[in-house]
Amino acid sequence: MNKTSSITNVVIAGLGGQGVIRAANILAETAFRSGLDVKQGEIHGMSQRGGSVTSDVRFGQKVYSPMVPTGEADYVLVLHPSQVDNNRYHKKEGGYFFSVFDLKDGLVQLIDLDNDASTPVTERNCNIALLGMLSIHLPFDDAVWEIAIKNNLPKKVHDENLAVFHYGKSIVPKG
Amino acid sequence: MSTTLEPRLLSGNQAVAWAALHLGVSLGTGYPGTPSTEILENFSLLGGRAQWAPNEKVALEVGIGVAYGGARALVTMKHVGVNVAADPLFTVAYTGVEGSLVLVSADDPGLSSSQNEQDNRRYAVAASVMMLEPGDAQEAYDFLFDAFTLSETWKLPVMFRMTTRVCHSRGIVTPREPAPQAKPPHFVRNRAAYVMIPGYAGPAHRRMRAKMAQILEWNENSALNKVYEGDTFLGIVTASVAFQHAREAAPDASFLKLGMTYPLPLERIRQFRNTVDRCIVIEEGDPYLVDAMRAAGIECEGKAEMYRFGELNITRVRRILANDTSPEPALPKGKPPELCKGCPHRMAFSVLKKYDCVISGDIGCYTLSVLPPFETHDSCVCMGASIGVGLGLRHALPEDEARRIVSVIGDSTFVHSGITGLAEMVYNPPKTGHVVIILDNGTTAMTGMQEHPGTGRTMEHKKTGRIVFEDVARAMGVTNVLVIENTAEFDRALSDSLARDELTLIILRKMCRLAEPKLKQYQAETESCHE
Repeated sequence: MNKTSSITNVVIAGLGGQGVIRAANILAETAFRSGLDVKQGEIHGMSQRGGSVTSDVRFGQKVYSPMVPTGEADYVLVLHPSQVDNNRYHKKEGGYFFSVFDLKDGLVQLIDLDNDASTPVTERNCNIALLGMLSIHLPFDDAVWEIAIKNNLPKKVHDENLAVFHYGKSIVPKG
Repeated sequence: MSTTLEPRLLSGNQAVAWAALHLGVSLGTGYPGTPSTEILENFSLLGGRAQWAPNEKVALEVGIGVAYGGARALVTMKHVGVNVAADPLFTVAYTGVEGSLVLVSADDPGLSSSQNEQDNRRYAVAASVMMLEPGDAQEAYDFLFDAFTLSETWKLPVMFRMTTRVCHSRGIVTPREPAPQAKPPHFVRNRAAYVMIPGYAGPAHRRMRAKMAQILEWNENSALNKVYEGDTFLGIVTASVAFQHAREAAPDASFLKLGMTYPLPLERIRQFRNTVDRCIVIEEGDPYLVDAMRAAGIECEGKAEMYRFGELNITRVRRILANDTSPEPALPKGKPPELCKGCPHRMAFSVLKKYDCVISGDIGCYTLSVLPPFETHDSCVCMGASIGVGLGLRHALPEDEARRIVSVIGDSTFVHSGITGLAEMVYNPPKTGHVVIILDNGTTAMTGMQEHPGTGRTMEHKKTGRIVFEDVARAMGVTNVLVIENTAEFDRALSDSLARDELTLIILRKMCRLAEPKLKQYQAETESCHE
């Protein structure tokens, strides 16, 4: 029997300083608190100087490798428009690609930051909005998400980010 | 204590820090270097006693002293740091220790932030030092207990090899009951063991090899090496994070996962090999396991040369298992890192570019100036090499070319191994003199803003002794020493010193833009405490 067939693979990508690792930490903690095995991999180091950052989060009954196999991500979350094209290859066929930017791609779901004045989403908190969009597809309770969000963010931005998380959940996919 | 024993999500580095805390490690020391840096930072945050050394050699020497004193020492560094620490390493293997000494070597296959991909399993063999290799965060935690137990049992140092993926990947870790050291530290004189004159070192070498033979016998049956029974068609011999990838690439295969890779339990491996039809070795980096197995007459397959480079992952392991040596598809490249907006190095390199200097560079953020738009780094070999390499170029080149050579080094790197370069410059000055520039941004920026002896603050940002570079240089005999803070002055000083036959040190002192708010806060805090 293939013991690892039930693994969910998520890739989060963006630029250094955007909150890629923080979003990955929140997702990993949510899966962990929901009773699943989790592995999370990332590259630090020079990424701090504004370069590309990618973090892999994998969860299921038992997970070994901390890296999503090439082209097998169920979900890809991209935080910066310049990082969309170079991260497309992570997504498997039938997987989902989330970004806050218009990607002109039938499979893509989006929030339009520029043309929607009512959105509470900003460049700083778009990582949390993307987690909200992702959460609809995952079997985790909101209460667990909220604990993980609070544990990974300073207290003064809790309310803002919880609101953005729920806003992300409400976004109706286009296309 | 029960709440601390609950499972938690930790990186490999954090797991080592927790284990060190639960083991009551007496002192953690090291030099910052990706991917090892967060071990000591976390150990310190958890309340452990940790400090940054000026370089890895000194860190290991301090660790040796702690262990000679009968206490537990943890020394951390990146793979290339072990090159710097190799001198004490090879001889502490002979002397052994009274307490315990664990040296973390954080290797960087795939070069996430390093100048080479060296495989430090070779050091364990070359120095005859036991080596443990955890494959994930839980093992990083558990194996550190084993490492200290082994070190205390055999009174020998242990190398603890991690890799970028083990250091920086998070997984669930279930901690154990704390097991601090029972015996208080005490120095027992043992000159024949600790004073390595030839007359004592010869017998020490024999003693060490005799112990190693016993350790090998022990490791043949050690629980650090685990068999996972599966199909007998395919048996995989593996270690470290390569096991994690292989377990998913071939979930039905049989596995021998090695936790202690020196001394290598070859009879255990031979036994395993004899239970399977096809035996393949999955290892990241050099063909270390496969060469040792073949030398012992154990028939096995290795990986093609193309998989020696970079990290392994599930996809690559699948290809190795399928003997697929077709070219790997090129993946889209991400955005490379660059000097921050407002980074003071930007100004320095703009001026250096204007004078068309040939830059003998060094290791730090400033190495990024090799990329456009600056393209102002002409060599970068290892920590501190800027000064020696620059001097060599000045010695060899015709005068007009020699005059354009400038050595550029950062503040932390200067303390690490630039000071001996200055000694060389004063002792063997080139005919045209030389120009050394210290880009002093007040922090070890590249690895994440660590303190160093030039900042005058400890790892916890508390006030301590400070090495003043200009005083050091003057005391060493550098005649033209300038401390500069702005562009116009720097421009003038550079053009002037390039034309002279003098030995010049320019210290360009301007805070790291990213660290500035914190550095100012630390400065204010240390100035306000009158002791």
